[in-house]
Amino acid sequence: MSGHSYDAENYWKANLRLIFGSLIVWALVSYGCAILLRPMLAGISVGGTDLGFWFAQQGSILTFIALIFHYAWRMNKIDEKFGVHEE
Amino acid sequence: MSQFAINILFVGGSFLLYILIAIWAKAGSTKDFYVAGGGVHPVTNGMAIGADWMSAASFISMAGLIAAGGYANSTFLMGWTGGYVLLAMLLAPYLRKFGKFTVPEFIGDRFYSKNARLVAVICLIVASVTYVIGQMAGAGVAFSRFLEVDSTLGLIIAAVVVFMYAVMGGMKGITYTQVAQYCVLIIAYTIPAVFISLQLTGNPLPPLGLFSTHADSGMPILEKLNQVITDLGFNSYTADIDNKLNMVLFTLSLMIGTAGLPHVIIRFFTVPKVADARWSAGWALVFIALLYLTAPAVASMARLNLMTTIYPDGTDAAPILYEERPNWVKEWEVTGLIQFEDKNNDGRIQHYNASESFQPEAEARGWAGNELTVNRDILVLANPEIANLPGWVIGLIAAGGLAAALSTAAGLLLAISSAVSHDLIKGSINPNITEKGELLAARISMAVAIVVATWLGANPPGFAAQVVALAFGIAAASLFPALMMGIFSKRVNNTGAIAGMLCGLAFTLVYIFVYKGWLFIPGTNNLPDTPENWVLGISPLSIGAVGAIVNFAVAFVVSNATEEPPVEIQELVESVRYPRGAGQAQDH
Repeated sequence: MSGHSYDAENYWKANLRLIFGSLIVWALVSYGCAILLRPMLAGISVGGTDLGFWFAQQGSILTFIALIFHYAWRMNKIDEKFGVHEE
Repeated sequence: MSQFAINILFVGGSFLLYILIAIWAKAGSTKDFYVAGGGVHPVTNGMAIGADWMSAASFISMAGLIAAGGYANSTFLMGWTGGYVLLAMLLAPYLRKFGKFTVPEFIGDRFYSKNARLVAVICLIVASVTYVIGQMAGAGVAFSRFLEVDSTLGLIIAAVVVFMYAVMGGMKGITYTQVAQYCVLIIAYTIPAVFISLQLTGNPLPPLGLFSTHADSGMPILEKLNQVITDLGFNSYTADIDNKLNMVLFTLSLMIGTAGLPHVIIRFFTVPKVADARWSAGWALVFIALLYLTAPAVASMARLNLMTTIYPDGTDAAPILYEERPNWVKEWEVTGLIQFEDKNNDGRIQHYNASESFQPEAEARGWAGNELTVNRDILVLANPEIANLPGWVIGLIAAGGLAAALSTAAGLLLAISSAVSHDLIKGSINPNITEKGELLAARISMAVAIVVATWLGANPPGFAAQVVALAFGIAAASLFPALMMGIFSKRVNNTGAIAGMLCGLAFTLVYIFVYKGWLFIPGTNNLPDTPENWVLGISPLSIGAVGAIVNFAVAFVVSNATEEPPVEIQELVESVRYPRGAGQAQDH
């Protein structure tokens, strides 16, 4: 890459936007639903306990998997769109 | 056949399998697996990362800690999986593009400084040795039980086996051995869990069983567990906790530590393309999640089974007679990891939480204190025995636990020895060292590391998973920020990065040593390691997240006060951001 072309900058911005969005979801399920917001979810019961407990022990892990695959899929598309992918 | 013989058969058999695969893979030459530009497929690589990653902490120790702590210890589950999100988005693809061999090499090149590389090596060694202490503690528990010896002897045997395993070295580097280890490990972990879930809830899938109905009582299983343990004065399993700051920081520390651990990052160099580095992280997490979704079910079900073993007629009735204790208790007593002391001389095993609020009830029942001490690291290994599962399941879990502990310990020892011989000695102290001298240095550093880790592992600063968590905190505070700033900032320069790493590392180590003992030597701590003494309620296990913030802050401030990195370094940063033009995959 020859440095500061217009496309290169836009490519990097698209990547940062995607990372930022993903990390919001990442923080929301783990630090949010599973820890800090747990009292707010206490009304929703799941198998003998509440939704916050489910997020802490299962929900967040499942979300993490979905997030990585979504990122990989979107990012590979963005690579192609900007022509920076590998052959 | 005796249980001892079955254990030997399973453990020996699985080791034979790894050796055979190693020989077979060598014969076909490693090149076949890393064909030019081909590299390792992301799914295979994901499985290998899973084996490398899941150690004694995940396999042997974690479920026991969740069983004891309930909701509060969900931090281990989220922390050790959420880090892969950071790895996939913030580090792996760019480090793959950079294409160097080790983490200190990247830091040395990006921050154009031998000293930066040196500091990175020190961080790597401190984090890895701490990690090995945790592995030794876990492997020691496993060996002492399956060879039916005292826990200290078990630890020494484990040290000898790990050392030999690491010296044979080559076995670690071969992806297919790790795939086999992953398979042994995951089968060993899930089969007993499936049996137990079926017994207790009728649901063959443990993650679903966890939220199902307990067959005997008709209540949800978590509600049943809460009832049983609160009846005995323990804290509720699922209840919310007050110290959320600590829970957040602990989870964060494990997550960023995951992304900063060199032996995991290195695996991403083996994939053919940058795009595959992203997929690899996803697949690795899928394979890791198979264990991590099973672990909370194992934890709660094992705790319930343990309680019903001790109180077969319910918590209101008298507990079991010591004379009638099941066989597995007797066998674990040999190791010293289960201890019974008949405080009220009634010949029965009272197991309860001797808290102040429970005192009146305990007195009314004629109880003189909790009489049963169970080491938390034994829970997963004892789990099949507690549930009366057949002997081959017990042998299987022995093989799985040892696969987890040994593969990771050996991998870490190799990382330490290559850091010492390649980065430290050849990279800065004596660049003209002969190949023979380099090899000797590698062996010696490996031996020193294992002796230190074994000695400290005899009186570890916590249970296996807690010690490993300390290692993650150290990696989080030192390596992760340097790597991330190296990619996402063009402004951070050599002085900034070095100051950041040193401050992050020093801050974290001092906080840990004040509570856990200097250099983890028992008895040298300045303050007792209890919540009342922690600053703002932050445990030494959680301090890595704060250390990382210190690292970032110092690096930015110092960098802005000093001059910009040279143009060619800014171009290097620019180039790692774009996948096109990545070199060939590295053999690891």
